[in-house]
Amino acid sequence: MKKLFSYMKGYRMECVLAPLFKLIEALLELFVPILVANIIDFGIDAGDKGYIIRYSLYIAALGLLGLLFSVTAQYFSAKAAIGFASRLRLAAFSRIQGFSYSQIDSFGIPSMITRLTGDIDRVQSGVNMTLRLFLRSPFVVFGSVVAAFFIDTKSALIFTGTVPLLSVIVFGIMIAGIKLFKKVQAKLDSITKATGDNLRGVRVIRAFRGEDKEVEAFSATAAALAKIQKFTGKITSLLTPSTYIIINFATILLIYVGALKVNGGELSQGEVVALYNYMAKILVELIKLADLIITMTKAAASASRTAELINADTDDPIGETEMPLSEISDTAPLLQFRDVTFTYHDGAEPALSHISFTAKKGSRIGIIGGTGSGKTTLVNLIPRFYETNSGDILYRGVPLSKIGKGALRKKIGMVPQKSVLLGGSIRENLRWGNPEATDEELTEALQKAQALDFVMQKDGGLSYMISENAGNLSGGQKQRLAIARALVKKPEILILDDSSSALDYATDFRLRQALSEMGSELCTFIVSQRTVSVKDCDTILVLDDGEIVGQGTHDELMQSCEIYREIHYSQFPDEEGKA
Amino acid sequence: MKGQKDTIKKVLHYIGKYKVAAVLSLLFSFLSAILILLLPVIFGEMIDCIVEPGKVDFTALAPLMIQAVVIILITAVFQWLQYSINNKITADIVRDIRTDAIRRIEILPLSYLDNHPHGDLISRVIADTDTLSDGLLLGFSQLFSGITTIVGTILFMLSIDVRITLVVVLVTPLSLFAARFIAKRSYSMFRKQAQAKGRQTAYINERLSSQKTIKAFSQEETSIQGFDERNKTLAAYSLKATFYSSLTNPVTRFVNSVVYAGVALVGALVVIGSGGLTVGGFTCFLSYATQYTKPFNDISSVVTELQNALACAQRIFELIEQTPQSEDKTKAALSDIRGDVEFRHVCFSYDKKKPLLQNIDFSVKAGQRVAIVGPTGCGKTTLINLLMRFYDADSGDILIDGVSIYDIPRKNLREQFGMVLQDTWVKNASIRENIVMGKPDATDEQIKTAAKVSGAHSFIKRLPKGYDTVLGTDFDGLSEGQKQLLCITRVMLCLPPMLILDEATSSIDTRTELLITEDFSKLMKGRTSFIVAHRLSTIREADLILVMKDGNIIETGTHHSLLAQNGFYKELYESQFKKS
Repeated sequence: MKKLFSYMKGYRMECVLAPLFKLIEALLELFVPILVANIIDFGIDAGDKGYIIRYSLYIAALGLLGLLFSVTAQYFSAKAAIGFASRLRLAAFSRIQGFSYSQIDSFGIPSMITRLTGDIDRVQSGVNMTLRLFLRSPFVVFGSVVAAFFIDTKSALIFTGTVPLLSVIVFGIMIAGIKLFKKVQAKLDSITKATGDNLRGVRVIRAFRGEDKEVEAFSATAAALAKIQKFTGKITSLLTPSTYIIINFATILLIYVGALKVNGGELSQGEVVALYNYMAKILVELIKLADLIITMTKAAASASRTAELINADTDDPIGETEMPLSEISDTAPLLQFRDVTFTYHDGAEPALSHISFTAKKGSRIGIIGGTGSGKTTLVNLIPRFYETNSGDILYRGVPLSKIGKGALRKKIGMVPQKSVLLGGSIRENLRWGNPEATDEELTEALQKAQALDFVMQKDGGLSYMISENAGNLSGGQKQRLAIARALVKKPEILILDDSSSALDYATDFRLRQALSEMGSELCTFIVSQRTVSVKDCDTILVLDDGEIVGQGTHDELMQSCEIYREIHYSQFPDEEGKA
Repeated sequence: MKGQKDTIKKVLHYIGKYKVAAVLSLLFSFLSAILILLLPVIFGEMIDCIVEPGKVDFTALAPLMIQAVVIILITAVFQWLQYSINNKITADIVRDIRTDAIRRIEILPLSYLDNHPHGDLISRVIADTDTLSDGLLLGFSQLFSGITTIVGTILFMLSIDVRITLVVVLVTPLSLFAARFIAKRSYSMFRKQAQAKGRQTAYINERLSSQKTIKAFSQEETSIQGFDERNKTLAAYSLKATFYSSLTNPVTRFVNSVVYAGVALVGALVVIGSGGLTVGGFTCFLSYATQYTKPFNDISSVVTELQNALACAQRIFELIEQTPQSEDKTKAALSDIRGDVEFRHVCFSYDKKKPLLQNIDFSVKAGQRVAIVGPTGCGKTTLINLLMRFYDADSGDILIDGVSIYDIPRKNLREQFGMVLQDTWVKNASIRENIVMGKPDATDEQIKTAAKVSGAHSFIKRLPKGYDTVLGTDFDGLSEGQKQLLCITRVMLCLPPMLILDEATSSIDTRTELLITEDFSKLMKGRTSFIVAHRLSTIREADLILVMKDGNIIETGTHHSLLAQNGFYKELYESQFKKS
């Protein structure tokens, strides 16, 4: 939390002046009842018209002065709050850029998005409201009480009784209200889920004729929501009537005590009116104060969630280049795993254990295994998206931990399982691999990735605009563009993580052929569930439960590896008899 | 404007169901507004009883105090009743609207649901109805009482003194004018702020969702740059929007104090000019002066809120009034069918400008296994969509046992099919509820047997609460493969006469698939089955293979006869084996 306040630097003047000016405004307001009392006691009593005019002008002048002070204060607080929030947002976003894959996994993308948007918005309005009100509202409440004491001690005691009572009721109902609203929110969330469910599952629901049941379940949830909303309404509806009763009973008491005192000559009629006016001020400010405190608690919770982001270490800082790749020897094998073990969470079963293999320049490495066998984990270790727990990965004889991540990743073209393309032109997306790539280079990459045909058919070709989340491309098109993007990098190592799953066989085949034609410039890792995709590889690693259970060429593995054989025959049952 | 009137009519229609409550609410609101105005008058009379030392009129004061107490209590009760009733009405109306919306969603044609972003539809059902309910609540509780208060105040003030009333009434428009001026400014800034925020949120969404790829391509700096630009724009608009909108309070407070000063001046002068005004009347005026401008501000905020609510209501009604799918015909019904299926000259396209299926014509005999193959986008899934009547053909006919599927109720048609799709869908409910979708009365024993056959049992029993595990609440981590097994279990449980498997095993690894395939084969025996798959190995045992390309069936036959034809199928098939 403390660290967050450092982003406030540069707004110190605003932070002091905004509350101070609001305070002055409140102080000016507090004079008004006294002026009115004077008008009654001196102006009216003495029939002094000049006095009345003068004092009425004072009231108007106080109003004008108050306006100037409060407008300035509003500007300062808006400036400070927005400046602060905007810096915070940039800091948090930049911080995320330095997160490692493990950190991204553990925070979770939706959570990071909420922190960056909703949470920081709440912090912003919290700061804004606090700067404006946290001096003003208590000041008006207590100022009114104090002013009452100046007028008459005994009558002021009514105030000291009323204020705590009001506070208890206002805060009590608000707190109860918040708790209930949370329940309402939870029910609303389940309605949202149910709606989404119905939309996504529409085919299945209709296929299984579940429409009526869905409507029934939905209306039950909707009715439950309505019920709890009504209950919440009943509770929160108590606020206005109960405070109305207290403040007005106190007023009756005040007038009665005032009557006794005026009768005894201790108090004037004007002073009674002043006390009455102060009483009226308290309620309004107390409700504002309660609102403010709720806003502040919410903002504080949001602030600490933002702080978690900003205070997190950056395990994968941007552009890290500890050892220039040029200094690395050319004689050692390109990539070597030596007894590598990796665990995602402390204490969990290792996702990979004792992995050892060597990949030479220009070779093709296939990785095959069932769902959850550790294929993706293995390739994610190569660009250092995750760090090994034990064992070494060597790039040309140098441990990866000695090579800057930025420098390392320049050499690796990654095509992840789920193809990610961002809104923007095809050209822009492809240039991620190399910002200076020419259209010829892009075309060449598209050609190899079997994407040239459909790109050229699109309006504008390379300039065709991909919509947000690439909604205007089919799954297979996205995959091919992702492959092209990796090729634009002219990488030494190309990793295809099950990245042809949306392609039909014919296209997949042509893709593999094009890649194999690139020869010794490229070392390719092919992750797949299908033996046909890896059978031409120089080495195939068969993974099962995080361990290598077979290593060799297709023919060797067909001889030696039971699991590989099973996988293959499950896809080519015809061959089983022949073997 | 006409649209708005229509929308109001529709909202009123929903309110109509709660007529009595609504009338009561308005009545209580009217009464409490009047009583609230009455109180300062009594307080004023009380103050008039205390003129100067020794001359306080206690005999007059006592009944006034009792009157005040009674008024206060009645007001409080009325207020509470009014607020509670309002809450009840809005909660019920929102429930009614949401239920109507979901009811409509269930019968909308799929073409509508497929073409409208789900996020937008959800926000209609959830966020828009919420805004409508807020607006209704505010409208109910403040619009009417605000108007009552303004009219009442003016009448009360007139009854006390005409001159001072004039002062108040003449100065007030100033406040309204200022408030409107500010509202206009801040509204346009708020809109710009909302747009800037929308752009930034979209950016954050897109970038963070792709964070891993961004790191893989070292695009972090570019990301930060893009973010910074959007962040700066947002901050600039935010500052203006926040500042403009925060002017409303100080300005109205200022106008208030001008009114206050005016009332003090004129009032005091009237009192000493012995124009019939007492000090009590004077204080009463002062308290009206502070209260009087409030309902104006309230009403103007209510009006904005209501406009917003109406805009949202319009979006909801658009959904609720969307034309549903065509009525079911009941010329015939299917029961105990054999399973002959025939497509007769079927043409269909999603977008009328881009023809897709053209003149599809084939027939399948009962119990045959039909495989549909072809490149992505050739129309395989569309064929399934037509068969299940998710979409209706543009022309031609589809017959089951010689009966047109357009002559029977949809439910009767769908009953005949067990369907597993590539896009696995499980709902946020217990595993059991997910499985029994097609057969709600299944016993535990039947469920377990079905799950054992599909192979889902082994992972279900390891879940926190077994078959009672609620997905999305108790457990969130089903893999795609496990979800697909659940979907298969659904079909295994209800054993319909015909099967549709659209890439049904695409997320299951091939070894597990092999195990299921055996069970599928048993299941498919004697049942007409349609199989869509990329994996040619899973379909070569089909009795009939339909090879599709660009919306046409270009080849038909068995695996062997098609290979012998030396055509497109052979090309597809061989790409799997050819040495590269």
